[in-house]
Amino acid sequence: MEKYMFIFFGGDPSHLSPDAQQAHMQKWFDWVQKLTNEKRYVGGEALLPGGKTIKGSKKAVTDGPFTESKEVVGGYFVVLAKNLDEAVEMAKECPDYSLDGVVEVREVMKFDNME
Amino acid sequence: MPEQHVHQLVSHLFRHEAGRMAAVLTRLLGFNSLSAAEDLVQDTLLQAMSTWKIKGIPENPSAWLYTVAKRKAIDFIRQQKIHEQHHTEIGLALKSEWTLSPTVNRLFLDNEIEDSLLRMVFACCHPAIPYESQIALTLKTLCGLSIGEIANCFLTNDETITKRLYRAREKIREENLTLETPAPAKLPGRMDAVLHSLYLLFNEGYNSSHSDHVIRQDLCLEAMRLCLLLVQNKITNTPKVNALLSLMCFQASREESRISVDGSIILLKDQDRSRWHQPLIEKGKYFLEQAAEGEDFSEYHIEAAIAGCHLKAQTFQETDWEQIFQLYSALAQLKPSPVVELNKAIALGYARSATDGLTALQKISALQDHYLLHAAIGDFQFTLQNFEEARKCYMKAITLTHSNAEKKLLEQKVLTCG
Repeated sequence: MEKYMFIFFGGDPSHLSPDAQQAHMQKWFDWVQKLTNEKRYVGGEALLPGGKTIKGSKKAVTDGPFTESKEVVGGYFVVLAKNLDEAVEMAKECPDYSLDGVVEVREVMKFDNME
Repeated sequence: MPEQHVHQLVSHLFRHEAGRMAAVLTRLLGFNSLSAAEDLVQDTLLQAMSTWKIKGIPENPSAWLYTVAKRKAIDFIRQQKIHEQHHTEIGLALKSEWTLSPTVNRLFLDNEIEDSLLRMVFACCHPAIPYESQIALTLKTLCGLSIGEIANCFLTNDETITKRLYRAREKIREENLTLETPAPAKLPGRMDAVLHSLYLLFNEGYNSSHSDHVIRQDLCLEAMRLCLLLVQNKITNTPKVNALLSLMCFQASREESRISVDGSIILLKDQDRSRWHQPLIEKGKYFLEQAAEGEDFSEYHIEAAIAGCHLKAQTFQETDWEQIFQLYSALAQLKPSPVVELNKAIALGYARSATDGLTALQKISALQDHYLLHAAIGDFQFTLQNFEEARKCYMKAITLTHSNAEKKLLEQKVLTCG
């Protein structure tokens, strides 16, 4: 099993009613539950909007790293998968596609590969 | 494996917390800033959603929401000048950095949240606001329903509901309504207005022709939740409120057995009485006992007693129609209306004879355009074996109802007339 990272972009639920938001969130809980039951879920973090970007030799600090809300990283999961294809299949179960969400699947580099 | 993932929230948590937070924030910002308060609530829920979906549900979801809402409220108050007209004690406390955070924190304490909710109930059901707008505003603000969901409840479109909400906001501005609990002298009158709105809200759910069972039940539950809020508060825990809540419990206990799988209505006499919800019946009895304390005697008392009387009968044949007739007679004196006369006549028909019932029904001139009158006359004609007359009445009733479930029921009756 290798580690893969699912990076979540966008997914705007602001048009949903509180009840519908809760129902959508439930889909995420169910997804995480499934990944956990299959011993695939390693961890994850959610990122708040806002923040700062530091850039260039002058270390210029600007507000926010982003241009549009659909390009904002909302958070990430680290999961276990046999290979990239399987990781992609797992990521297809993310509930946010109906809200224009985007998931990027990346393999986590292992340092012992370098030996 | 991470332990933090609890996998299910209490149902309607977001919806109900939206109502609570909207009440508190509106009290903070002033009734005029209702939209701003709603935006802060929305922001808070969005932040919860984006965090919880990845990190799981926090140990105390409500406290988590309040912490975020408080922070957002403080930021908002610092950035914006609170509405000029917000001259209340709270409005003044928000102007100083010394008192800003403590005031915001205080209003998010449990008892203060309840107090804000109560004020919000009185505000949403203010007599200056037209009834339809009261209901829309209550559902939107206190119950956390979206415009689309409210429109769906009333089988209408978003624009209609938006207009009703607009009218409510307009009245709030025009009349400069504030979020106060009414003064003791005005309390009984204002309570009557609130109870009337909750009664109508419940009936919207209970008698709705909506095909979706869940939506009807939702409206009933929201009305009951708000009624319970009034019962749980010392100032508003009056016999009338208890009587209304008792009535709602009694009615709701039959909800499951009233509608068949295919969505048609099952008449009281054909209902499977074992499916009546006993815990709700017990609650109804309890609140009716509470309602009996004191001098107050209202239409809700009588209606609850009638519903209770039906529930007491193990079979339809065991129904104490004489008592129900007496209760409807009392109701007709207290709150005369053609619909009460109709029910009184039906009870009479069962208590004495079908001929008596028929004669009483035929005297009601006000309901010629209402299907219920014709359906009831049809029933007694049928009992008296005047099948041709019965058939005519049912046919007439079919042309007068818009509800598909009612139409189906009446069509079945037509068939039995041969």
